[in-house]
Amino acid sequence: MWTLLQIELYKIFRRPRTYIAFVAITALITIVQLGLKVDGKEYAAFVMADLSNTLQIDGKIMNGYFVCYVLLQLLLVHVPLLIALIAADMISGEANMGTLRLLLTKPISRTQFILAKFFAATIYTILLLIWLAILALFLSMWIFGTDDMFLLKNNYAVQIENADIFWRYAGAFCFAALAMTTVAALGFFLSQFAENSIGPIVATMSVIIFFTILSTMSIPIFNLIKPYLFTTHMVAWKEFFDVKVNSSNETIRGTIQRPDRLINSTFILLAHIVFFVGASLYVFKKKDVLS
Amino acid sequence: MMKAGKIFLFLFVFSCAMNVQAQDMSILVQKVKAKLDLVNDYVADGKMKTDVAFIKAPVGKIKIFFKKPNLFKIKREHGISVLPKGGVSINLSSIIALKDYVALAAGDVIIDGIKTKIVKLLPMNESSEIILTTLYIDEANLLIKKAITTTKENGTYEMQLYYGTYAAYGLPDKVIFAFNTKDYKMPKGITLEFEDNDKPTEAEKIKGRKGKVEITYSSYIINKGVDNSMFK
Repeated sequence: MWTLLQIELYKIFRRPRTYIAFVAITALITIVQLGLKVDGKEYAAFVMADLSNTLQIDGKIMNGYFVCYVLLQLLLVHVPLLIALIAADMISGEANMGTLRLLLTKPISRTQFILAKFFAATIYTILLLIWLAILALFLSMWIFGTDDMFLLKNNYAVQIENADIFWRYAGAFCFAALAMTTVAALGFFLSQFAENSIGPIVATMSVIIFFTILSTMSIPIFNLIKPYLFTTHMVAWKEFFDVKVNSSNETIRGTIQRPDRLINSTFILLAHIVFFVGASLYVFKKKDVLS
Repeated sequence: MMKAGKIFLFLFVFSCAMNVQAQDMSILVQKVKAKLDLVNDYVADGKMKTDVAFIKAPVGKIKIFFKKPNLFKIKREHGISVLPKGGVSINLSSIIALKDYVALAAGDVIIDGIKTKIVKLLPMNESSEIILTTLYIDEANLLIKKAITTTKENGTYEMQLYYGTYAAYGLPDKVIFAFNTKDYKMPKGITLEFEDNDKPTEAEKIKGRKGKVEITYSSYIINKGVDNSMFK
């Protein structure tokens, strides 16, 4: 199994396409960081404009932690598309090249074959997120320094102390890894049904875009299905950045406002992963491989 | 003719009495000012708690800088500080620093078991930011226990002051600063929070309450000099 996984990883990282995602993330992050470094004060003033009418907010609002949060909000919507490029190509790519049937003549079970491919796609996803963390978090911390985080929600604002932030990012990235693995699992599942990569990649992107729109629209009829869409739960990483308050309205360090939501979303995403991988196994085992 | 004379006499005596009372209040305010004038500058350490319904903020360590006549700055040692706009800078010294004002007596009231005189300060200068200040003065100790200030631009502020170690200088150990807050609603395009995050129940409970900033002073360094750069 380990050898199979190594082979699959070798195949992934041998293709130039793999590095498109890394390059795209690097370009996007550095451009946003550059923009915020040059005009960060104006951006902060624009974001805080409503609050500034009644309150005076002093301090380093535009710090590395805040910049990372802005970047994650922007990027974690688009990273699934980059993951789909690889995950949706895992089986269909082999079919396209005509190597799928050849591979299955080797003395390995179809289960091993599928799991090795899925784990390879998962490792690629995690590496992409690690790269995202290095650039969005550590590079931002280095460029902008660190301080408290002052985050604006729709109905309220949250200030999180500097010392209480890093573990939240660790948690948020772990959760993002789970969310992105769900996307990888979806792409992987769809890659069973095509003999070229374009179809499953576009299909994965379409599903994500369609579900994301349904998840974000506040229309009562959609609210019924929202809890069952994995895209609704993919943004639950933000729960790490909301803090409980005591009866005096003071934040309680080390707390999360709605841990229940985080746990619920974790289980729903895990269930999706299990379902997509299980379905992939079922379909592939039954499949008459002709390519 | 006799009746008109009596009315005139009554009005004259009444206006004289009022004038004497206003003078008394001016003297009382001057006495309080003289006490506060003992302090040319100070640097104080303390803790600040911001209690605004739509803001979740931690208690933070702060440094407070003051220099005569009215330079005042609160700096959070680490982190971001949230203060009412233009409000906290209205400290006791800047209220008392009013030069041309009318001080009117408005009765007595007991605050924390201490009898206080209610004094209303009306600035004579029409361009003054402060419209009206009501002071609750502990006459025996020449301490301001409470001050309500109505401003042109920033609404009404209420300060409650609690004294201890530094009462001799007229400096409080604790100040509770209350101010009006507006409802807060951010466009989703700015917050980038497209999902509906419902308001937390804790914050919901205290919605509608006035905004409060509570400053607890732990120590003062008085009259040792403060550089003007601290107020930038």
